[in-house]
Amino acid sequence: MKYLERGYLEKDELPPFPSKERLRKKSVAYIECPQPIPCSPCYEACPADAIKMENINDPPEVDYEKCTGCMKCIRVCPGLAIFMLRLRNGGIGEVTLQYEFLPWLKKGDRVRLLNRKGEIVGEGVVNWVLPPERNDHTSLVRVEMPAELIFEVRAVKPVEVRK
Amino acid sequence: MPMTRFEDGRLQEHPILEFERKREVTIYFNGKPIKAYEGETVAAALYAAGIRVFSRSFRWHRPRGFFCAIGKCSACMMEVDGIPNVRTCKTYVRDGMQVRTQSGVPDAEKDVFAVFDNIIDRFFPHGSHYKKFTSPKPLRNFVTRQLRKMTGFGNPPKATFGGKAGYEEIDVDVLVIGGGSGGMSAAINAGKYGAKVLLADENPFLGGQLVKQTHRFFGSARHRAGTRGIRIAKILEEEIAKLENVDVRKETWVFGIYSREVGAFQRGDEDKLLRIRAKKIVVATGAYERTLVFENNDLPGVYGAGGVQTLMNVYGIKPGNIGLIVGSGNVGLILTYQLRQAGVEVAAIVEAMPHIGGYFVHAAKVRRLGIPIYTRHTILKALGKRSVEGAIISKLDENWKPVKGSERRIDCDFICVAVGLSPTHELLYQAGCEMKFVPEVGGIVPLRTRYNETTVSGIYVAGDVAGIEEATAAIMEGRIAGIHAATTLGYGGDEAKQELEEAVKDLEEFRAGPFGERICQGLEKCVIGSEVRI
Repeated sequence: MKYLERGYLEKDELPPFPSKERLRKKSVAYIECPQPIPCSPCYEACPADAIKMENINDPPEVDYEKCTGCMKCIRVCPGLAIFMLRLRNGGIGEVTLQYEFLPWLKKGDRVRLLNRKGEIVGEGVVNWVLPPERNDHTSLVRVEMPAELIFEVRAVKPVEVRK
Repeated sequence: MPMTRFEDGRLQEHPILEFERKREVTIYFNGKPIKAYEGETVAAALYAAGIRVFSRSFRWHRPRGFFCAIGKCSACMMEVDGIPNVRTCKTYVRDGMQVRTQSGVPDAEKDVFAVFDNIIDRFFPHGSHYKKFTSPKPLRNFVTRQLRKMTGFGNPPKATFGGKAGYEEIDVDVLVIGGGSGGMSAAINAGKYGAKVLLADENPFLGGQLVKQTHRFFGSARHRAGTRGIRIAKILEEEIAKLENVDVRKETWVFGIYSREVGAFQRGDEDKLLRIRAKKIVVATGAYERTLVFENNDLPGVYGAGGVQTLMNVYGIKPGNIGLIVGSGNVGLILTYQLRQAGVEVAAIVEAMPHIGGYFVHAAKVRRLGIPIYTRHTILKALGKRSVEGAIISKLDENWKPVKGSERRIDCDFICVAVGLSPTHELLYQAGCEMKFVPEVGGIVPLRTRYNETTVSGIYVAGDVAGIEEATAAIMEGRIAGIHAATTLGYGGDEAKQELEEAVKDLEEFRAGPFGERICQGLEKCVIGSEVRI
């Protein structure tokens, strides 16, 4: 379990990718939670029965065809391990992630894109947010970015601090 | 990354928490006025004002500061309004309060005898402090006596008791000692079946260490997973408030269990001595933080991880500008994330094990913010004279020995030690419970049945005092202890008995994963029935 020496997943440790077709249709939950820990709120929140988990200690497995992209799981994940992914036309991709820092991000904000190690890999634009007050202070932020980055970007930070 | 505003050392905003600061008051520290807000502890207010030296060490007058923030260490003891040896981290400010350091001349901050430490430091390496002047015996006795005169544990009280002293005798079915996650759960579960319960906690609030857990909890929805620890504290408190047969006594210190009678002191408008006769007792006193041996580990700026959480998340006080975290268990990882949420930088996390100790997802959360986690590394020393100015870390080889030449300096102004907890088991010893050293569950723990009853019939344990785990398990243990106490007193009937078995099964399932493996190995050694006696 190399990922436990590093604190992040390498390419070969990632869960299987959803197909391009699926990613184009609507957003899909992608869960980076490889370690067996006693945790199951995503499984319990899923109304589509898309998350497989036989025992509370099992890592979740998503059936990408069943997932409706409703975002119930990403709202509750205590590990901040769920990302909603989507591909749009024109080489644009979207990643929705949980965000718990000040200042809160707003639609239209430019953000730096960080990979799993915290390295800056580009810039993107916030195109939708679930405000923090609607989800007990965990905001959901959807960020537009180049399509090839959706399996890399796992955190964002504001480009400039708003006054 | 986060831009958080600070004023007078205090957080003005926070993504998760809201700090309600009550009336502004002035306290006097060695005669100097210090601004504080009602609801803050003396130690927190002093810290916010930039004061780092709280006392001087017994020998050699080394500076000592804040460490645990929950009344378990003694580094913050001062003279408050003429009363010596007051733990300032558990004492709340009052307008006009006179606070004095009680060691050092003229005071702990500018202690002239600190020169001893400096001289010794120059000629003898660290550690020699405890080896010098130790023989022959008369010399040791002479030196010790002289040293004690110069520092020590304060002077006899100048103040006389001016309050009203009361006395109360209470008869209850179940006494729960400790109002944290385990204790609250025990009170609820014994209370809901009709037992008359008294819940005593030393703090002016319930919740124990839940009050600083801003993260969402793991577990299943049944265990309130996805809910923040701070909210779980409120939910449990509301459940208790609904039960009329549960009497909650805050600011109440239990000092002894004498068979089925318990002595306690309750602070209030009228300070009271309580004599509690309880048919069953649930001890849920939690744990205290361990420290780690490294050079200068007593320097102000070396804190317990939980101490920093208390300072930052309960009182909204900025612990420093940039921290170093020692230990990558869940506490260390969560604290790192919380520091960043409060706008405080973290230089690195060091971990002696070859892999991260806590949940991977917690590590990934801080790693993607760019915070390095150095596995197989340890801290060698803290740098600084009066407070932390940096640290030296080093790689470890296969035999856990520092690798020569791999030392490097980390710039930081505080260090959080997150290397685990030890059960707060004093009351259990005093009550005569059979104890055993079980390293898998954090140290010396009581032997107990699967219903968490100790070898002293009628005394139960729940939560970290029974073995170090986390809040969800503590809540489940509290449920087991609470229901068992109630059923054996004849409450609840078959329904309670059935729930009891469910609760035991629930906890077994919770511990069934790889993270519960070590706990289960430890429990095999201390659960009576599976106990192999030598």
